[in-house]
Formats: sequence, C-alpha cells, structure tokens
Amino acid sequence: MPTADTGAVPAGATSDGVVPAGNPSDVGDPARGRVSPAIWCSGVSKRFRKHQALDAVSLQVGRGEVVGLLGPNGAGKTTLIKIMLGLVHADAGELMLLGRRVPAPSSRTAVGYLPELFRFQPWLTAPEVLRLHTRLAGLPVPAHRELHEALAAVGLSGRDAERVGGFSKGMQQRLGLAVALLGRPELVILDEPTSALDPVGRADVREVVLALRERGTTVLLNSHLIGEVERVCDRVVILDRGRVATAGTLDDLLGESEVRVRLATPTTAVRDVLERYGAREQGDGWTVVRGLDREAVPELVHGLVLAGARIHAVEPTRITLEERLLDVLRPEGGPGQRAVRTDRRSPR
Amino acid sequence: MIVLTIAGQTLLEALRRRVVWALVVLTVVLLALNGWGFARLPGLHTQEGALTTGEARLVAAQLLNLVMFAISLIVALGTAFLAGPTLSGEVESGVMLAVCARPVRRSSVLLGKWLGLVAFALGYVLATGTAEFVVVDRAVGYSPPQPVLALVFLSAQAVVLLTLALLLSTALSPMASGVLAVGLFGATWVAGVVGGIGTTIGNDGVERVGTVARVLLPTDGLWHGAMHALQLPTALAAAGRAAGADPFLSSSGLDAGYLLWAVLWVALVLATCLRLFTRRDL
Repeated sequence: MPTADTGAVPAGATSDGVVPAGNPSDVGDPARGRVSPAIWCSGVSKRFRKHQALDAVSLQVGRGEVVGLLGPNGAGKTTLIKIMLGLVHADAGELMLLGRRVPAPSSRTAVGYLPELFRFQPWLTAPEVLRLHTRLAGLPVPAHRELHEALAAVGLSGRDAERVGGFSKGMQQRLGLAVALLGRPELVILDEPTSALDPVGRADVREVVLALRERGTTVLLNSHLIGEVERVCDRVVILDRGRVATAGTLDDLLGESEVRVRLATPTTAVRDVLERYGAREQGDGWTVVRGLDREAVPELVHGLVLAGARIHAVEPTRITLEERLLDVLRPEGGPGQRAVRTDRRSPR
Repeated sequence: MIVLTIAGQTLLEALRRRVVWALVVLTVVLLALNGWGFARLPGLHTQEGALTTGEARLVAAQLLNLVMFAISLIVALGTAFLAGPTLSGEVESGVMLAVCARPVRRSSVLLGKWLGLVAFALGYVLATGTAEFVVVDRAVGYSPPQPVLALVFLSAQAVVLLTLALLLSTALSPMASGVLAVGLFGATWVAGVVGGIGTTIGNDGVERVGTVARVLLPTDGLWHGAMHALQLPTALAAAGRAAGADPFLSSSGLDAGYLLWAVLWVALVLATCLRLFTRRDL
C-alpha cells in the first residue's frame, strides 16, 4: 500500500488508460524505476442527492500525455475533475495525482487548474492575482517582468493596471490560463478552457496546449469543442452518465477508415464487386465501403473499372471524433442522425 | 503563511471594496457631531436650570454608552456583511475553486478569512473607540472609568458576531448570512433589554430570557460588560431601581466565568465553521 507521498505507480491499468476498479494494493514501486502516472483513479463514485454523478469511474493518465475528457452535459466530467482536486469529496474510490493521494494538499503541489467557472478576486489586478496564486502554490514570488511575460503569453499584455472586475469573460479566462500555468506545473487540468474565447483565443489556447505537450507536461482537457480535442489530444476518455463509456488513443477510436464512391447507375457486375467489399449504398448517390485500408483503394477502383463502372468520385475518409462520440453516446442512432453525420465526414 | 496571506487579502478586499472608506467617512461625521453635541452639555439649559459640570458628566456618561452602542452596531453590520461575501460569495462566484485547488488546506483559508475579519473589526473598534473617548474628554471633560476594558469587550463582541456570520456563510448565501447575523445580534440585544425589565419588576421568568440569550449568543453580555466599564458608578445610583430596565446602563460587570464561556463559544463556533467548510463540496 503506498503512502500519500510516495511516487506510486498503479499497475493493472490497461493500454487505453482505464484502470480496473479495485484496491490500489497492486501499485508499483517507484524504487524499481517506474514513474507514477499523472492521474490515477479507481472506482470513484459520487452521488448528489438522487443523482448519481459518477459511478465507479477508473482511469489513468500517463506523464506527458494530453488527454481529452469528453461527454454530454451532466456526464460527470467537471465533478470528476473537482474530485481530483479535492474540491468535491468522493463517496467511494481512490485517486492519486502525480503519485500523491487525493485529497492531500501535497497532491496539488505541481498541478495547474483552470476551472470551468473561472472567477478571480475582482478587486485585484491581474499581476496581483498571479502573485496571490504563487504564494498559495508555495512558489517564489516572481518579479514584475516575469508576471508581465506570463500575462503577455495569454494575450493580456498592457492590462497590468486594470482590476479583474473590469475584465470581460474572455479576458478572465485568459487570466485563468495564466494562473493555471504558473510555476510550470507537471499536470495542467483545463475545464472548458475556451468557453468564453473567440476563435483567436481558441487558437491561442490550442497553441498553449501544444506547447505544454512539447514540454512534456501532462494535460487533462475537458472541452465540448471536439475539433479542439481531436487536434491536440493523444488520448480521449468519454464519460456518459457518470461512467467511462470508452477510452483510447485517437487512432484506436477513429481507426476505422472508409471509402466513399460516387458511381453512375451501377451494373450487376459493378454491384458484385461492391458486394465483395461489403459496400453499402447510402441513398444519396454515395456508396460507402467501411474498414478499407487506404492502400486497398486502388485495387477497389481497378476492380470497379474492370467491371465497367463509371466513377465520378472516390473519397477515402475517416470517422470524425464527433461521429465516434455520437456512436458511443447514442448507439441506437436518432432519426436522420446517420445522414447528418455522413455529411460531416472529412476526406483524409 | 497561507493564513496570513488570506488574512491580508481579506483586509485588502475591505479596502478595495471601499468598506474602509465608507466607515471612515461615517465615523468622521459621527465624531464631529458628537464633539459638537457633547461640547454643548455643560451649561445646557433645562427646566431645572443650567446643567452643572457634575450633571453634564453624568449625562455624558450615559450618552457615551449610546454612542458606543451605535459604533458597535456599525461594527456588527460591517463585519457581518463582510463575512458573507468573503466566504460564501467566493464559493458562489467560483473564486474559491482556484484558491482551494492550490496545495492549501481549507482550514488555512478559513482561518485566514477569520483573522482578516478580526483584524478589521479590532482596528475599527480600537481606532473609533479611542477617537470617541478623546472627543468626549475634550468636549465635556469626561473619561470613562475603564476605557481599555470597554474596548476589549466591544472588540470581543465584534469577534463573536463575525464568527457567527462566518459560520452562517458556510451554509447560506452572502446576503442571507449577513441579514441573519445582524438579526440575531438585534434579537439578543432585545432579549437583554427584556431580561433587564424582568430584573426590575422582579420576575424570574422574564429575567431568564436575557440570561439565556446572553449564553446562546454572547454579544449582549459583552455589550453589558463594555457599558459597565464606560459608565459612571454614580449613574447607577442616580437611576435607582429602574437601572436594570435601562438598555444603556449596566448594573454589573462581567465575571471570569462568562468571559471564559465567550472565549469557548468563539472556539466552538469557529471549529464548527472549519468542519463545515472543510467537508462541503465546492
């Protein structure tokens, strides 16, 4: 059993980062050279009166990984993040951040956090907010130049003298990002970091996350902007109704590529070829062959041409993260859902 | 260290939100009016002729109790309405999320808030009380018999009330906690007056109302201790049997047992506050 301050490595995690619920007695020994994961939680449950917000959630985020936390509203994403940070108390389960047991304050020593509800003391200026948080984090208070640089990095240069109470929501969110990045934390948890930002701000945040990844910082990103997650994350965990619905790398989740073919009215010979590939007509003039490697596309086209097909277009595509998310969350499929999703597919 | 940082922030909040400036303006006006009013007491014409110096000092002693009650009310309102926003306001707005996600104990955050409020209340009581004593002394030549003790009791009263307000703000909204704290302060004062009437008319049941109220919330008991330290001993004799029913006269000082209870009360309420704040979900 690890103590609160050992860099313990939970063993038994699967390759997709989901940890089987259970006792962390199977935690590894840091002395054997194994590095503890940045986030490890097992069997975390939380109920708010009649609502089961989290139900035995187990997952793991390795050091240096950028992981997206996805799911519909009310899935429990923010609750899980708050439990990780000791802001909400779990009813059951165990958590460790950077090898330290939650909710001990030491578990948050090298953690930066941008809350979904980002508000800072309105009577302070932005540099004063940063100074306050360096003191709270036990960091050496930075010089004025460093504070200025930290604010400039999130697009708040020249706002040093203004009180935070006068900031727009977007500016406060940018300040929140600067606060989260103070002292170069080992783990950064961003809860909806772009909810109040314009497209330029969203691009800035993307750059920040990519820079953190370059630096080897672990990032847990909760965002409803799936495109954002798809661009910056190595791995995704999808929560639904308080449970881990699925988790894995983007390649695992989006691995199923497909080819869309637009043909003139196919002959029987052409239909035979398509049937061999398991193709399916969509009814909108396109025929879809799922699970076909890109290398096999020329062979398919060759076969169709030999069968006398007149081909208007061939589009190798891959399922989007949004489609995958909807597949997971709505396995039955709603009316018209498939057609809408098909339109969103992006050629690769 | 964290406690002092948060305490400093609480004081800075009071300053930046202009609570301090509002109180300074209010107090300066109060002191100026007091100086003018007290200076007119010696030689003031009444139905029985002009007040003698001795009579003027007697009236000044009673008026001083009234003015100090006004000051204690200002402190009560100030601390109660500061305690609400500084805790539950920050929880509601989300400010507390970023603070408590740092490697700090919530107990340190709460103690820092409490310490900042205590410093604010003590600073105001000591500065305003001392200024008031100087004004009255210059204007009418009256100095209370135990000014330091009076200020200690008034400060203790403020600490009791702000601790209660902090406790309420762990569970209620900023406005509700402020209103309830001031309401309980007023209700206890009224219960004290009722108890005094019970003493005057010799009814144990009515007298007990005041006694119980002073145990449940020691603000009124401490206020009576402050009044006793401020008033002339001859004022009691002049009031006679009706002294007990006079809300601005105190017939006896505070004993050590009651003071100990007041200290214990603050410790218990603060401990409850810590427990509630540490266990609540943010």
